[in-house]
Amino acid sequence: MPPIARHALLLGPLLGLLALAYLIPFLGVMRWSVTLPEPGLGQYRTALTDPLVLSVLWRTLRICVIVTLISVVAAYLLALVWVRGGPWTQRLVELCILIPFWISVLTRAFGWLALLSNRGLVNSWLIALGVLDEPLTLVRNEFGVILGMVHLLIPFAVFPLATAIRAVDERVLLAARGMGASRARIFWQVFLPMTRPGILGAALLVFVFALGFFITPAILGGGRSVMAAELVYLRIFQSPDWGLGAAVSVILMAGVGLLLAATLRIVRGGAGR
Amino acid sequence: MTQAAEIGAFGIAKSFGRFLALDDVTLTIGRGEFLTLLGPSGSGKTTFLMVLAGFEAPSAGRLTLDGRDMTRMPPEARGFGMVFQGYALFPHMTAEENIAFPLRVQGRPAAEVRRRVAEMIELVGLEGHGHKRPSGLSGGQQQRVALARALAYEPPVLLLDEPFSALDRNLRGQMQEEVRRLHREIGTTFVFVTHDQSEALALSSRVAIFEKGRLQQVAPPREAYERPANRFVAEFLGDINILPVEGANGAARIEGRPVRLPGGGTGPFAIRPEYMGLSLREPEGGNAVGARLTDLTYQGAETRLTLATRGGAALVLRLPTATLPEGLEPGAAVWATWDEHRGFRLDQAGPSAREHDHLQQGKGRTA
Ligand SMILES: Nc1ncnc2c1ncn2[C@@H]1O[C@H](COP(=O)(O)OP(=O)(O)OP(=O)(O)O)[C@@H](O)[C@H]1O
Ligand SMILES: [Mg+2]
Repeated sequence: MPPIARHALLLGPLLGLLALAYLIPFLGVMRWSVTLPEPGLGQYRTALTDPLVLSVLWRTLRICVIVTLISVVAAYLLALVWVRGGPWTQRLVELCILIPFWISVLTRAFGWLALLSNRGLVNSWLIALGVLDEPLTLVRNEFGVILGMVHLLIPFAVFPLATAIRAVDERVLLAARGMGASRARIFWQVFLPMTRPGILGAALLVFVFALGFFITPAILGGGRSVMAAELVYLRIFQSPDWGLGAAVSVILMAGVGLLLAATLRIVRGGAGR
Repeated sequence: MTQAAEIGAFGIAKSFGRFLALDDVTLTIGRGEFLTLLGPSGSGKTTFLMVLAGFEAPSAGRLTLDGRDMTRMPPEARGFGMVFQGYALFPHMTAEENIAFPLRVQGRPAAEVRRRVAEMIELVGLEGHGHKRPSGLSGGQQQRVALARALAYEPPVLLLDEPFSALDRNLRGQMQEEVRRLHREIGTTFVFVTHDQSEALALSSRVAIFEKGRLQQVAPPREAYERPANRFVAEFLGDINILPVEGANGAARIEGRPVRLPGGGTGPFAIRPEYMGLSLREPEGGNAVGARLTDLTYQGAETRLTLATRGGAALVLRLPTATLPEGLEPGAAVWATWDEHRGFRLDQAGPSAREHDHLQQGKGRTA
């Protein structure tokens, strides 16, 4: 059997499952977006002109960009400590990365509520200590959404970054030191660029995950900062407007597709001759 | 132009866990000297370079730079240029950017950086490859970029760890020529690691031979080759013939035949192949040993002969092909001969590996 055929045989079941679970439903969603309530591109026109939908898309983009930036920077520092720290530091960081994976998204969202709501731990302490007179609004707004999302997404960014940092050849850094380069210069001009593929990978992963976030923004945003996925949910389950929900879904998917294509180009271009 | 520097290493030891990679290494590298480190794989050459550059701290011992202590000086303060075994190029930069990096670190003006980079690219013969990244260059080309990067900013000391290992013969010759020219013109202090004995003998003002982390001998190439400190050095630097000697000085015999040997001592007699001649008849006088020709390998200008003496010792001879007798076949009875001034007794302590014997020579070479 030629290798290609053998690979196809091994991959077959998985590809079949993916087609069944994702591709066929997605084709269905695409069909709704151009047939409900009547055939045509009317829902796309609405999606791209309706101020409400536009503001949700714009907010989604903004939140995702901010979340990606914060998560990748924080994860970079964490990955640095993880890879290059002492044995005990390494073990501690490993725990910090792994434990969140064992706690459900819901639990974590409610945990933040308990901590940050107007009568939550942080506000009651700050008021009791006399630091504040009025509670600070820390959740049910964009800040809460961003905080919750960053918390969820950092561990996902750590892995590609740690892989990239581990792959940096120590001797290259020594060479730069030997030439008299300062630590700052070595970091910005040698180390950071050498880990660029990992940074791009981590950013892409976090951004795409963030686009589809639903539960965390719904709980920590308290309906006040609705993101695209929540909008789709509302359109389909609450105000039966399936066509618009489907159109927004397709727009999101197209955005992810474009982003993937762009990143692949950058990564390929960067590694090439 | 940079000022060459003098480096001293005193009792340097380096252990990795319980493994002793360097053991009590003492030597001084003179200003503008070209010192080559030789030794089998794993003998501590790279480790010694890393200690000199400041990338590894010695477990014991002291380092000096121009007489001042530099044992704890960080590598960026020493400012030695280094070509690493495995090149250590910046993978995200083009060949030109790699070479420009140390120049930019020094804050040289952009126009000068461009000019210097172009010069170096030409010097190492990489015209047309300057815009490629290391991943797009062959091993030899990467090695030349590493060399150009180290030479570009004219550091006072250059540490080169097998900088020519990936080059073909012609290129290697050109690069050797270039390094020699730089050494002459700039007067940089060079510490060079190679596995190629002839390269070491050709380039260096002195060679330092390592074995198992210990310095065996430091001497000018010719002295190390012809008066090795011990059997290890003798065998490491090339083929050597060793013959047991009977009888005391003055009445010495080899395989029953009286011989006259240089110097005193009681150890076996050693002599390099190129100092032995071949005769088909027993010579009237002079040093000789009877043998049978076992093999003969044509190598172009030279022919390599292996002989077995009657006493059972194996000998190697290298003779100009033009001087070989006609019709010489394996199995022929022959005599190996040598001049009474050539060769040495192996127990006769050669020059000591210790520093003080050589300080003078090192200084004598200062340009
Ligand atoms: N970081 C390290 N940890 C443990 N052992 C090491 C380390 N660096 C070197 N060694 C050991 O020290 C010894 C000397 O190594 P070194 O690299 O100096 O050899 P070398 O003479 O340069 O060999 P080669 O000619 O193969 O490059 C080796 O046995 C090596 O395994
Ligand atoms: Mg080495």
